Amino acid sequence: MLIRRPHDVPPSEITPKSVFAQRRHFLQFAAGGALSLALPAAHAGDKLPIAARSPLSTDEEPTPYRHIAGYNNFVEFGNGKEVPAERAHRLRTAPWSVTLDGLVHKPRTLAIEDILKLAPLEDRVYRLRCVEGWSMVVPWVGFSLSALLKQVEPLSSARYVAFESVVQPDTQPGVRFPLLDWPYTEGLRLDEAMHPLTLAAVGLYGEVMPNQNGAPIRLIVPWKYGFKSAKSIVRIRFTDHEPPTTWNNLQPEEYGFYANVNPEVSHPRWSQARERRIGDFLKRPTRMFNGYADQVGQLYAGLDLHKYY
Amino acid sequence: MEKRIAAAKAVLFVCCLLPLAHYGIALWQDTLGANPIEALTRGLGDWALRLLLITLAVTPLRRATGWAWLLRLRRMLGLFAFFYACLHLVAYLWLDQFFDWVDIGRDILKRPFITVGMATFLLLVPLAATSTNAMIRRLGGRRWQRLHRLIYPAALLAVLHFTWMVKVDITEPALYGALVAILLGLRAWWRFDDARGTLAPRHRIIPIQIRR
Repeated sequence: MLIRRPHDVPPSEITPKSVFAQRRHFLQFAAGGALSLALPAAHAGDKLPIAARSPLSTDEEPTPYRHIAGYNNFVEFGNGKEVPAERAHRLRTAPWSVTLDGLVHKPRTLAIEDILKLAPLEDRVYRLRCVEGWSMVVPWVGFSLSALLKQVEPLSSARYVAFESVVQPDTQPGVRFPLLDWPYTEGLRLDEAMHPLTLAAVGLYGEVMPNQNGAPIRLIVPWKYGFKSAKSIVRIRFTDHEPPTTWNNLQPEEYGFYANVNPEVSHPRWSQARERRIGDFLKRPTRMFNGYADQVGQLYAGLDLHKYY
Repeated sequence: MEKRIAAAKAVLFVCCLLPLAHYGIALWQDTLGANPIEALTRGLGDWALRLLLITLAVTPLRRATGWAWLLRLRRMLGLFAFFYACLHLVAYLWLDQFFDWVDIGRDILKRPFITVGMATFLLLVPLAATSTNAMIRRLGGRRWQRLHRLIYPAALLAVLHFTWMVKVDITEPALYGALVAILLGLRAWWRFDDARGTLAPRHRIIPIQIRR
């Protein structure tokens, strides 16, 4: 097994000491699980070693696994919500690495096995609101993305982060057609990306991520519409300007760069005032920032959310 | 012949109810996936459009085969298209908007694909309302036929409604659009040909006749 350690950066510099100590504890506790993860390829359904349930979790009833893993937008595999679940098993998720570069001190390419060891894995039960007007409650597994981003020491000039999804023409029929501008690219402001709620997700329901949900590693930004949360990420690039993003390029008046969940700003083709929680008959009112206003509202103080939708 | 047509109508009637039965059973057994209401609403819309196209295909089929009796199935097909359009509309009004008339009004005004969908439905209403023998008599065959050409813009708008609803991949609405183009194109061609008077008598337009 290949374990690359950053000799030049002591982990204590990257992470607060308490977290670092906790991580050592976690590694001991999880060594067996992590080994079995790292050696052969991890497969959807394999158990993940989870340290704790994050206090950032919602108490709402999670959406059943079969719906979370059976109702997906993953245009790389084709159109239709059931299509990704039928086709995504072909995606090669091992070997997998993520390149972090751009405006950083230490550009690096990290193997997924090493990324999994950067921080203790947590259960994070988040609301997910799709721009199409439906929502779920998903028990993700992962850790705050900031733990990954700090590895490369962003320069002070870095203001934005761009996330690039994988393109595998032989396993992803959708990328053979220019439906979207491949690779799928999403972006966040650096402060959004560093926010504790922003998640590097590697699993759900305590298990390795099903491919159709964006294995082996994806972004989750729970206060933004789902399309912001790029799947199957291979590259994270730090920039000083707002990066072009896929849906925004396609239809700027329908999909903004910010794409914060906002019941007051309607999409040109549908109202965003309400949503149907998968499994519910009645619709429910959509909440500002998808119910995370207390945590993230201050990120947008002074920003005209009608203009920067 | 009358008996055979009655039998054909009975079979057709049952066939036209099959999609409804499918969705009824699927709802009951919960096999419509994670978002059954969306699947149902879209499915009903699909069938309204399909039956509209099948209705439009009757005349070309009649002309190609010479089977005049096909015309006598057309009304039922058209009414079933309207039936599924009604169900599609009710699914939207009820399951999507829960009869929130303010929101519905806003949708119709602000969202082009809803505007167009509603316009399509409105075009179909007078056709369904004048589908009875009594109405054909009252209007007179020629005026009735002219009115019922509203099915042409209705088919075009239905495809537009579908196209504008779709997020990226417009393959499916484009296929329906191609079928509409063929079905309407044929009519344009006949008109052009008729004007030149080159058609054999059996290809001429058969005036609508009411059987008493």
